Amino acid sequence: MAWQFNSNRPIYQQIVDEIELRILNGTYEMGMRLPSVRDLAVLAAVNPNTMQRALAELEEMGLVSTQRNTGRTVTTDETAVSRARDIKADLLAETFMMQMQALGLSRKEVLERLAKGEHKEGDHAVNS
Amino acid sequence: MQSILETRALSKRYSSTLALNNVDLSLPKGKIIGLLGPNGSGKTTLLKIVAGLLTPTTGTVLVDNQPVGEGTKSLISYLPERTYLPDWMTVEDCLDYFADFYKDFDMARAREMLSRLNVPAGKRMKQLSKGTREKMQLVLVMSRRAKLYLLDEPIGGVDPATRDYILDTIIGNYDNEATILISTHLIADVEKVLDEFLFLKEGVITMHDTTDNVRETQGKSLDELFREVFRC
Repeated sequence: MAWQFNSNRPIYQQIVDEIELRILNGTYEMGMRLPSVRDLAVLAAVNPNTMQRALAELEEMGLVSTQRNTGRTVTTDETAVSRARDIKADLLAETFMMQMQALGLSRKEVLERLAKGEHKEGDHAVNS
Repeated sequence: MQSILETRALSKRYSSTLALNNVDLSLPKGKIIGLLGPNGSGKTTLLKIVAGLLTPTTGTVLVDNQPVGEGTKSLISYLPERTYLPDWMTVEDCLDYFADFYKDFDMARAREMLSRLNVPAGKRMKQLSKGTREKMQLVLVMSRRAKLYLLDEPIGGVDPATRDYILDTIIGNYDNEATILISTHLIADVEKVLDEFLFLKEGVITMHDTTDNVRETQGKSLDELFREVFRC
């Protein structure tokens, strides 16, 4: 199944996000060898040059490293992964907060709502 | 960067129609490039001139720094709009035919791709469906180790699953020394595989840019841009 991309951002950036997500959530385990550029390009149904560019970016971010003989692997550097996760989580939290504030909620109200949401979610789990 | 294809002041006139009007082009090596334009914009004419099947009215065309002619035919692998494999030929005949004709034909690669298609080697062309025939033709063209591939509407008139097979074949066989020029009006289907694109409008190149750049600077896909530029 080809990966889905939206139309308003460069495809290589969307590939970076997708692979980063897979590394952060453990789908691509630390130290795992990544498929070749060509195979990844076929999987995602994108141009190999685009895939190459995305992988170069991931290398720069320290999430992927290249060995001379074994190709590309996911980093084994835990601090690099947790740093990337922090950056991503901060960004998502900030975006969320901005959207809620645009709705007219204060920071405090948002936090209360989140705490209430967690409670509700717990109830659901019991019911279902 | 060294270019694989260069045209200078290239024009082609068919009696009263100017099919190509003063086209200046320079295409780099190692890229997949879309030749995009509505019907009748001159896409096929341009490809045929580069392939050496039509002569330009005026202007020059260089392929890998050589004028189009005997020498450039071995550098170019051309997929015409319509398949030309004779009805009576079997799949095996077609493979032999290409192997005889082209020194750079990679038989092992062709067989491997065909095995994915499940086409028995003894089948004749007339026994194959239109879509399968088109896939067969593409496999032959992509099995050559050419420097420049010219694909004229490779995904026109086939179902979406076949389209995916064709794009897979193109991506999977592409080596980064070669350039692939794909003409099509089905932008949404090909834009994920394009490094660069050309917009051809009434014989004139109106835009030549990278796909990423359009998204980065305009925040829209190539398909959206195409619909704006070519709105009827």
